Amino acid sequence: MLPDATLADYALRLGDDSLVLGQRLSEWCGHAPMLEIDLALSNIALDLIGQASHFLKFAGRAEGRGRDADSFAFRRDALDFRNCLLVEQPNGDFAQTMARQFLFSNWQELLFAQLQHSANDTLADIARKAVKEVAYHAHFANEWMVRLGDGTEESRARTIAGLEWMWRFTGELFERDPALKPLVDAGVAVDVPSLRPDWEDRISRTLAEARLELPKPRRWVMGGRVGHHSEHLGHLLSEMQFLQRAYPGAMW
Amino acid sequence: MYTTELKERNQAVQGLSLEREDPERLAAFEARVAADDFIEPKDWMPEAYRKTLIRQISQHAHSESVGMLPEGNWITRAPNLRRKAILLAKVQDEGGHGLYLYAAAETLGITREEMIEALHSGRAKYSTIFNYPTLTWADIGAIGWLVDGAAIMNQVPLQRTSYGPYARAMVRICKEESFHQRQGYEIMMTLANGTDAQKRMAQDALDRWWWPSLMMFGPPDENSPNTAQSVRWRIKRETNDELRQKFVDVTVPQADALGLVVPDPKLKWNEERGHYDFGDIDWDEFYAVVRGEGPVAKERMTARVKAWEDGKWVRDAAAAHAEKRGMRIAAE
Amino acid sequence: MNRNWPLWEVFVRAKNGLSHRHVGSVHAADARMAIEAARDVYTRRMEGVSLWVVPSNAITASDPKEHADLFEPAEDKVYRHPTFYAIPDNVKNI
Repeated sequence: MLPDATLADYALRLGDDSLVLGQRLSEWCGHAPMLEIDLALSNIALDLIGQASHFLKFAGRAEGRGRDADSFAFRRDALDFRNCLLVEQPNGDFAQTMARQFLFSNWQELLFAQLQHSANDTLADIARKAVKEVAYHAHFANEWMVRLGDGTEESRARTIAGLEWMWRFTGELFERDPALKPLVDAGVAVDVPSLRPDWEDRISRTLAEARLELPKPRRWVMGGRVGHHSEHLGHLLSEMQFLQRAYPGAMW
Repeated sequence: MYTTELKERNQAVQGLSLEREDPERLAAFEARVAADDFIEPKDWMPEAYRKTLIRQISQHAHSESVGMLPEGNWITRAPNLRRKAILLAKVQDEGGHGLYLYAAAETLGITREEMIEALHSGRAKYSTIFNYPTLTWADIGAIGWLVDGAAIMNQVPLQRTSYGPYARAMVRICKEESFHQRQGYEIMMTLANGTDAQKRMAQDALDRWWWPSLMMFGPPDENSPNTAQSVRWRIKRETNDELRQKFVDVTVPQADALGLVVPDPKLKWNEERGHYDFGDIDWDEFYAVVRGEGPVAKERMTARVKAWEDGKWVRDAAAAHAEKRGMRIAAE
Repeated sequence: MNRNWPLWEVFVRAKNGLSHRHVGSVHAADARMAIEAARDVYTRRMEGVSLWVVPSNAITASDPKEHADLFEPAEDKVYRHPTFYAIPDNVKNI
């Protein structure tokens, strides 16, 4: 495989989304509202970490400089992370975590549904396996949005707050990046603006069932895809990367 | 993963006398158990048997659920993606095991909420081992190797325990746990063969976890007043001291293979007995930890209580939604 | 307000061709959640291809006190079993 910086960059976007959200969800382990939910969130986190391993490994091959998945995950600084801002947002309460999952997984499912037909076989293979996992994540989050939105006064208020917080990071999911144009034209990368109608349709349907309203349009907060993250990512990385940074060169 | 017999020395069996039971039914029950028959939830059983089981199974379930915390402490800091996935899967398994065990206890006529309430109010105990902190990554290796190793030794015989739902839960748990100890030992091997800093980390973890692991088998037999009845009822199948000896015998050669030193100057192979002799356990420390004076006992309980209280509105919301949905369907 | 989630019994079909088998229980607020919890709790290691969840309180169990009445009458119906009948060794395919 010839080095292809654009392809490597694209794989990093895909991998970093899964990695950072997997890391966030794993923070819940042992602290969920019910043991059954601990198990569910851990399963989702495990799926995401698995996807990240595949995408980042592929990024290393595309880059052609001998980096593996771990060197991407544990030895890059925030400026080089390519995940969207949505996934790095703190867990907050369970409603905020579910709002993030709901907005993201519905998008990621649509993304992978198209990516499984990518002209790049490896990306297509990873997406084909991952799309089933993500369909479950979306399903799980949709159900919880309905339970929380149409549950008690308190759960409704918390869910509205969670959605309001997360909503401003959703614009980035559909932003067309000129840098990826060659990959989109070659049928390798997904043209994300095309996902918006289906996504909005899904989101609106679930929110209607949850008796919640779509958050008001607002100015989007963006920058993740070019390495301009929220302050939260630096803290997430300093925790995640601690051992690799403290003991350079050690094997684990 | 962990059963420790935590009864304190002078605690009476349950204050429940077998003399009040119908002698004929009691004799039939004892005969069934002696013949290794299983007792199932709706079968008649002496009240003391039911209470002992509720206590033991719920204690075991609490240990699994509190046991998620010390290792959970390192999930977000695991050193690579493989280790992160393994550790997350392992801690998740512990949650699953807690769940199987709560379910087994519920067949005896107690609810999970009642058991959790007993844990949070300090009435119910859990394994003392979880009141020790996980200070370095090597602790994750040591827990898998030693703590899970001790737990497996305790649990394997429980697959044949007399109470059906408990035995079945244990079969499932033992099957799933087979990877837990191996992943821990693999971490220790990597560290023991690693840099000087990693070797130091590994030895330090062994130093701190060795004695608490031996304590996991509970007080010595002479101070374990309920052992005889529990063994007769097939709730326990081997005594604390027997299991502890077995653990020492298999673990010392594993430490040798790692090139690590077991922190016990009295540890010595006894050719005559065919077992290792080992030093005295600090039982004062054990009873102090049982009383809730372990190094991080407060933190552990605070974390459990917080998760439960913070989760209340979620549980309430889901229940309220189910109720609403039920009413809407009924109205249609 | 204190609303505890009800208990559901979980049955797993390990593979097509086999019956669903009882594996344990979960707590869940509704049937859909019970299915998902059962999936996350009891099929983490590819243990199943199909799940049933049944509210625990919907199960009626036989009473062990009636064990004799219910099950012992079958004991003397040995003629239901093929080994009850003596067939000469030289007679095949029966």
